[in-house]
Amino acid sequence: MLVAPQVAITLVFFFWPAFDSLRLSLYRSSPFGDKLIWAGLANFERLFGDPAYLRSAVTTFLFSFLVTFAGMGVALLLAALANAKIRGLGAYRTLLLWPYGIAPAIAGIIWLFIFHPSYGILPYALSFVTDYQFNWFLKGWVALLLITVAAIWKQFGYNLAFYLAGLQAIPESVLEAASVDGAGSIRRFCTMTFPLLSPVTFFLFTLNMTFAFFETFGLVHSVTQGGPGDATTILVYKAWKDGFEGLQIGISAAQSVVLMVIVILLTAFQFRYTEKKVVY
Amino acid sequence: MGGHGSSGAGTIAVSVDTTAARDLPRRRPDWNSRITHGILLASVLVLAFPLYYAFVISTQSLGEVSSLPPKLLPSTSMIQNYADAWQRAKMGRMLVNSAVMALGIALGKIAISLLSAFAIVYFNFRGKQVVFWMIFVTLMLPVPVRIVSTFQVISVLGWVDTYWGLTVPLMASATGTFLFRQFFQTLPDSLAEAAQLDGAGPLRFLWSFVLPLSRANIAALFVILFVYGWNEYLWPLLITNRPEMRTAVIGIEALVPRSGSQLPEWNVIMAAAMMVLLPPVAVIVFMQRWFVKGLVEIEK
Repeated sequence: MLVAPQVAITLVFFFWPAFDSLRLSLYRSSPFGDKLIWAGLANFERLFGDPAYLRSAVTTFLFSFLVTFAGMGVALLLAALANAKIRGLGAYRTLLLWPYGIAPAIAGIIWLFIFHPSYGILPYALSFVTDYQFNWFLKGWVALLLITVAAIWKQFGYNLAFYLAGLQAIPESVLEAASVDGAGSIRRFCTMTFPLLSPVTFFLFTLNMTFAFFETFGLVHSVTQGGPGDATTILVYKAWKDGFEGLQIGISAAQSVVLMVIVILLTAFQFRYTEKKVVY
Repeated sequence: MGGHGSSGAGTIAVSVDTTAARDLPRRRPDWNSRITHGILLASVLVLAFPLYYAFVISTQSLGEVSSLPPKLLPSTSMIQNYADAWQRAKMGRMLVNSAVMALGIALGKIAISLLSAFAIVYFNFRGKQVVFWMIFVTLMLPVPVRIVSTFQVISVLGWVDTYWGLTVPLMASATGTFLFRQFFQTLPDSLAEAAQLDGAGPLRFLWSFVLPLSRANIAALFVILFVYGWNEYLWPLLITNRPEMRTAVIGIEALVPRSGSQLPEWNVIMAAAMMVLLPPVAVIVFMQRWFVKGLVEIEK
């Protein structure tokens, strides 16, 4: 049977663990970790009553929205400014797309050095401007900025390349018609260009959100390890840490279930809106 | 879950090919195109700076790295640093592991999704709907949502610290299956009929008719999956314990100094980082045409 390999892998490595996560989320480990004790929904109650978990959720959403909106916003702005018929677009595309190949963890390590309080070029440059200690080892917001910048850097060329391609696909005659009607360039952008770009925007939005939510674990693990304190403890990192370092299987499984709900919502959102709100 | 992890049903018309646009006569005044190129060049340079800086660091001695102001030109310790990274961090072994994982996942996923898409398009069998639905649901179960339990499944199978564990569990692919399914549906029915007249069985039809036609799709999928497999972080972290089974991407984390007592050998770390990032970046640059096709197709 040709579908057998696919079905086998799906059952063993996707469905079994997923159901196991659901099951484990209803248990807690005994003090010695050798037995599972039925806990009902207590894990979820504990999770949502835990300020650390709620902080982690806020951090994750803040981080994801920053990465998505800042990255896409700047890319859109530059693409709009650079929107002429471009010669040599292929060459630019190569020069913009390569960072996509860099692992988030590696991007993070490069930016970690740039931000390094003793040797990094950024704190050094800032030291001429201000006395503020721009030290991510001590200041939570600097650490969050560090991983945000690293994530945006990795995604940026990709966002820009797609916006450029999207803009090139808009027929010039449409915009010329609008300018004959007397629309200024900003007005033209808001009423014509931006709506016409909505498929690209939507595509990049889901892609960046999924990336920021689920693929930045390596970035956090290799750079800040969730710190300082829990300033950069994103949800996926917390689920891993509570399960593997804290050995709280039940709590970690409950967090996995919450993440599962988030993925399902993201996917549902994607399907709903690709059908409706987007202008083609 | 890779860059391709989220896939939607809607068709998003992102045309990346602009051959038509390039052939148009330029109507705008020249200063306009200068601004355009200025903005694009500036973006390219800003984007390239961190990589350049990392490369520069990887060529400096420890003294140069930790001196202020930072030096922005390459120095002479390059060979020394790369040799250090290679020997002390055992980069050789880790790069081999990464290559096995990236190639295993890419080729395995392509093979498995080719087969299932072929079955779904060309055969009617009981439970087809169920299979289709199952494949679809895997989209919603990326690694992070099954952290603890996946580890338990892998240890039940005895696959911790093995190449099996690094590759097989990541081979199921909804995106790949949907991509091939969509492509097969565009093939004319007469192709299958012609093959039948030639007396070719289904597998022969797949091998000598469908496969050659799918080359472009296979190449596109390969680039995306290779990059995904090479850069996957959480999975190898979960299921490998022994240092010789670690992949390069997670191995580098161990080099980062976490306490004051470790030497801040940033030159060696950056040398290692260069080695790790080169293969996927090279694949993207040299197979760019397929990469762009893959990015666009996979999100459809």
